[in-house]
Amino acid sequence: MKNTFTLFGRLMTHIIRSPDTIMSAMIQPIAIMLLFVYVFGGAIKASLPDGMNYVKYQLPGILIMVIAYNTSYAGLRMFNDKQKGIFNRFNSMPINRSSSLWAHVLASITSSIFTLVITFGVALLIGFRSGASILEWFAVAAILTLFSLTLTWTAIIPGLVAKSIEGAQFYAFPVIFLPLFSSAFAPTETMPKALRLFAENQPMTPIVETIRALLNCEPIGNEIWIALAWCVGIMIVAWFFAMRAYKRQI
Amino acid sequence: MRDIVIQVNDLRKSFKSNDVLKGIDFEIGRGEIFALLGSNGAGKTTIVNILSTLMKPDGGSANICGYDIIHQPEKVRQSISLTGQFAAVDSILTGRENIMLIAKLRGVKNYAAVADNLLERFGLSEAANKRAAVYSGGMTRRLDIAMSLVGNPAVIFLDEPTTGLDPEARIEVWKTVKELSGNGSTILLTTQYLEEAEQLADKIAILHGGKIIVHGTLDELKKLFPSAKEEYIIKQPTLEEIFLAIIGTKKEESQ
Repeated sequence: MKNTFTLFGRLMTHIIRSPDTIMSAMIQPIAIMLLFVYVFGGAIKASLPDGMNYVKYQLPGILIMVIAYNTSYAGLRMFNDKQKGIFNRFNSMPINRSSSLWAHVLASITSSIFTLVITFGVALLIGFRSGASILEWFAVAAILTLFSLTLTWTAIIPGLVAKSIEGAQFYAFPVIFLPLFSSAFAPTETMPKALRLFAENQPMTPIVETIRALLNCEPIGNEIWIALAWCVGIMIVAWFFAMRAYKRQI
Repeated sequence: MRDIVIQVNDLRKSFKSNDVLKGIDFEIGRGEIFALLGSNGAGKTTIVNILSTLMKPDGGSANICGYDIIHQPEKVRQSISLTGQFAAVDSILTGRENIMLIAKLRGVKNYAAVADNLLERFGLSEAANKRAAVYSGGMTRRLDIAMSLVGNPAVIFLDEPTTGLDPEARIEVWKTVKELSGNGSTILLTTQYLEEAEQLADKIAILHGGKIIVHGTLDELKKLFPSAKEEYIIKQPTLEEIFLAIIGTKKEESQ
């Protein structure tokens, strides 16, 4: 435990001292948000339910992108530790071997939370308002944290097995683009049939729908259970492969 | 009686169909510097990885400070420290923070004092608060070795400590390693250079084709070498000698 926190402190120092990573994890999704709200927002609005504010409509998708960008840097930090022999150094010391892995997971979640807060701030500036209760906010925070944990375990796998820095980061692209093919930015009703089928059944849609319903103070229905099932399911599979890759490389 | 710290019996390891280690035996006494000499790919790093519990052997056994590397790896890790083939320093942290990090992980109480002490000893006091990213190759290696000394481990593994360093930095590291031996630590060193083994080690083992083909003190090994012949040849200076000569004159001029 104590060692995990010592190593977590080390990674936080990394994040603070290389602000370019956290900046790019923040700026890119925020730029996409501004693009959707101000460029496409007017056109998309026509197919939204009446009275729906587009800033609010697309925010869950942006939050997911923020997490995806952040975890791609977690994969990168992992790759660097492996590449430079830093894992070998820690693993030949009398400390619990999983503590260095957990330190990476904690650092990734912390940086996600930080950038999520900033993103909410920008959304407030451009007109996001929510009447959600504390309980609903708490549920939003819990889902985002769980999703961040899920993606971090996924990002650890390429971080451990990739042969090059590009490989370690490449995984992030599908995850970053996945929200675009969901109900995150436009209602799925307007999509061609095949895409619609995909969009309605991929994990991002229930996660987005749940967060959106919570922020809108609407009933969340079954979506939350599907969202949780996806997160927990992916996390268990990713955790299994991450642990296997971790054990194999040492 | 000689106090045996590392005992290796019939160690075997293969990667897929490639038999890297085909039964390795050796023992190292307390306070000795033991050099494993071998060319690239001879299996030196594999031996170090197995002894430092990063890898499991396919066969054979090894003890470090009386602990079995397979069944008591936690105990072994308390007795050793590894300086890997690539200097494993955190380039974003400062030299001081790097040492303090290891000290905290090893549960050393007065870690700040330990860090200052080691930085002083390795001539890194001035650069202590600079990020390791700006260190030269020799300084990075010295920091790397300093990190390995935190908590005074009984056994130190140095895997090719001078590979990739320029001649000046190599001599710097040699000096450091020689000083370590004065502390009573047992050192297992791997190298590709006979000269390095000659300079540093009490005992030398030559690893070739997955086996240790010769093993002994330098004098014992020298008896096995072809006997010295007297020949007259004009000795061309090596690039290294030229380099050191020029650097030397430059230093004198600047003083």
